[in-house]
Amino acid sequence: MSHKEEFTLKINGETKVFLAHPMERLLDTIRSDENLTGTKEGCGEGECGACSVLVNGKLVNSCLIPISQVASSEIETIEGVANSESLAPIQKSFLENGGAQCGFCTPGMVLAAISLLRDNPAPNLEEVKTALSGNLCRCTGYKKIFESTLICSQMEDQQ
Amino acid sequence: MKKRSFPTRVEGVSKLTGKSKYIDDLKFPNMLHGVSVRSSVPRGKIKGVSFKPGIDWEKFTIVRASDIPGKNVIQVILDDQPCLASSHISHPGEVVLLLAGEDREEVLKARDYVELDIEASPGIFSIEDSLAKKEVVWGSDNIFKEYTITKGDVAKGISAGSQVIEGSYSTGAQEQLYIENHGVIAHASDDGSITVWGSLQCPYYVQQALREVFSLPPEKVRVVQTETGGGFGGKEDYPSIISSHAALLSYKSKRPVKMIYSRAEDMEVTTKRHPSMSHIKMAVDKKGKITGLDFEFFLDGGAYATLSSVVLSRGTIHAAGPYNIENVRVHSKAVATNHPPFGAFRGFGAPQSIFALERHMDVVAKKLGIDPVEFRKINVLKIGDTTATGQSIAEEPGYHELFSTVDELMDFSEKSKSFAIQNKKNPIVKKGIGLACFFHGAGFTGSGESYLASIVGLEATRDGQVVVKASSTEIGQGANTIFSQVASSALGISEQSVIVARPDTSNVPNSGPTVASRTTMVVGDLLEKAGSSLVSTLRTTGFLGEVYTEREFFEASGKYIDQFGSLKSYVQYKQPPGIKWDEENYQGDAYATYAWAVYAAEVSVNTLTYETKVDDFVAIQEVGHVMHPTLAEGQIEGGVAQGVGYALSEKVVWEEGLMKNSQMTNYIMHTSADVPDIRVYFEEKNQNYGPKGAKGIGELPMDGPAPAIINAVQNALGSAPHFIPMLPEDLMEFMEASSES
Repeated sequence: MSHKEEFTLKINGETKVFLAHPMERLLDTIRSDENLTGTKEGCGEGECGACSVLVNGKLVNSCLIPISQVASSEIETIEGVANSESLAPIQKSFLENGGAQCGFCTPGMVLAAISLLRDNPAPNLEEVKTALSGNLCRCTGYKKIFESTLICSQMEDQQ
Repeated sequence: MKKRSFPTRVEGVSKLTGKSKYIDDLKFPNMLHGVSVRSSVPRGKIKGVSFKPGIDWEKFTIVRASDIPGKNVIQVILDDQPCLASSHISHPGEVVLLLAGEDREEVLKARDYVELDIEASPGIFSIEDSLAKKEVVWGSDNIFKEYTITKGDVAKGISAGSQVIEGSYSTGAQEQLYIENHGVIAHASDDGSITVWGSLQCPYYVQQALREVFSLPPEKVRVVQTETGGGFGGKEDYPSIISSHAALLSYKSKRPVKMIYSRAEDMEVTTKRHPSMSHIKMAVDKKGKITGLDFEFFLDGGAYATLSSVVLSRGTIHAAGPYNIENVRVHSKAVATNHPPFGAFRGFGAPQSIFALERHMDVVAKKLGIDPVEFRKINVLKIGDTTATGQSIAEEPGYHELFSTVDELMDFSEKSKSFAIQNKKNPIVKKGIGLACFFHGAGFTGSGESYLASIVGLEATRDGQVVVKASSTEIGQGANTIFSQVASSALGISEQSVIVARPDTSNVPNSGPTVASRTTMVVGDLLEKAGSSLVSTLRTTGFLGEVYTEREFFEASGKYIDQFGSLKSYVQYKQPPGIKWDEENYQGDAYATYAWAVYAAEVSVNTLTYETKVDDFVAIQEVGHVMHPTLAEGQIEGGVAQGVGYALSEKVVWEEGLMKNSQMTNYIMHTSADVPDIRVYFEEKNQNYGPKGAKGIGELPMDGPAPAIINAVQNALGSAPHFIPMLPEDLMEFMEASSES
């Protein structure tokens, strides 16, 4: 990884320049270079979804994406979801409805739910199940995550 | 929307915003990265280690067994497992050497340049081969532990039955599959002390293990739990190994060392649920009453003793189930093989023996032509009846009501008959419904809690807070939230004024390990007592009246601190009166109390693809007082999902003792698209133990799903396998073999 190039990424609204090997995993850019440790590594091979982030609004596994592939893109991580004052509605719903237990899959799961609700503000249960199926959770059995997502979709101030 | 008057998860906001720091989120200055050099063979003699050219070895810290300053053991129950293998290899993945370097990628590359010269010898990988002593791989006979429970006269009981029905059952290994892999950071300081931060369930277990490896007194070893991304038992004993390894690398390099396992490494070498084998002989009289039960139960413990004796104990005690049987013999053994050691996983031996018994109940019912629910109703424990260990049940389990509730919720008895008719019309998809009736003992077995003698503390601060001090860890189950609820209620102050201290052996007393469904019931109960005692201290000194507001409480505690320096209350566990346990003969009160449950599953079995789909799942349990409905439901739903996986999808594929499918791609846990609807109901009748009468629930939901699901398959097909996991290919083999015979 000695050969390095410059890449410009917008992360959570801020433009950042990285000097990195073109094949550096986006996950490492986020976690190591940018120190945004809310994005997790669970398997490193795109199965668990703990590393999920949004790239230009699309949900991806950041462990499978090299930085060169997302040059000039807009990246959203869990750190960009809440504003400094309050939780986003989806986070509030997870908190109130028991959607998070150990918390390790939570950042990725929240981003997966956000991605769904942006595309489909009023999903049914089956649509929720399908949309979250790339994110593994070992604690909850998913039911409280479904409820958190559905209840959020019914809240008036849902974004 | 449900009305909620319960506190939200204490650390919920920090988890939801990504601010919680898990071990791999921490970076220390000058930190090195450590890796393990492991044996690729299951068994053999270590002849030598060579460092191949192509790597600048000066750049790396290398630790071998000879570098260990104390004992070369991982202390659990016995001292048979080395911290680093020095002469023999007993399982694939056993660690011989440790490496640390500046850059993780470089250390991983260097690892490939270490060559272990091992003279391989044949290993054994099954309970049968171990029992037959095909090779003796541990001790003189491969037996880690053996128990016999005797009640009445089993020979008499068997001959008293009008029918005697035998069956053999087996269960596979299961990976805990917490989403956060094992990881620690260790630092050995110049003053000779060791600190470890890590993802772990039991800080004091790790402290004890490190003390042996470094020959240090407790005050020189500090263990701090960082936010932990799931445990399920998997982080009970293994953290002692990875912590010792990282600490040795730090001790030698004089720098902090981080060790984080990759998913494949975690799945291959860390502990899993013990595979099991059961042989059951059951005699039943003409009225459907079980007259005798003879149960042989075996666990594959893997290469070292670790926790197997305790896992075996729980499996043995739960083997006779919640049934009132006059004549019982349960005989069990945990045996050695050359698999990596098996360990704790939610349920701890009970899911294995309960699977066998509850499958057998349906097999027997079918053979006798009795309805499986009626058969259970004839035999279930009622208040005053005795268990296999002779424990007199002091509360009414209420199984008849649990069965009625299943019927109301699922139309169980109607469906168990109507599906048969419906299935005749549908040649491909067969519907079935089945259940399991079981109990789970809460807390440590027998005198275990007395030996642990857990301590919990509460300390008031000058700035108006009360701190809970316990080593019990938050691993997702909600310990922080329950503790703050219990303390706030006992002290009469708000939850916001209660702080739960991070488990850190330098700052909290030993409240015991976070295992055995004991945290809420046992530790929570101590906390409640500590709270009452603190309030009583304030009243005794006249600072606090009978009725008070939160402000008055903190005024009083402030005055007390001004006058006496500090306000603390520490409480130690004392066994409740009347509990008697005979460890030698396995007789008496095995657990202070039990959770009682009936779980039922409705399935569709596709006889073309052999896929089994769980269409509906109902989990009904009597657990005493439910402290926090959302957290409690979350425990049950999560446990049931793991249980469904145990039954239908989670299969460890072995080759010479090594897990071959060590990826989430091919070891299949349920995704959100696969999981059935899980309907959870609580009965809260017996509130005799625990804070406000809350019994332990953490492990309970692991016990019921597998037998309920496979019993439903039997209802659908007329017969069903006696083993789990039952993947489509396994069912195909079973059905083809059945149709041939």
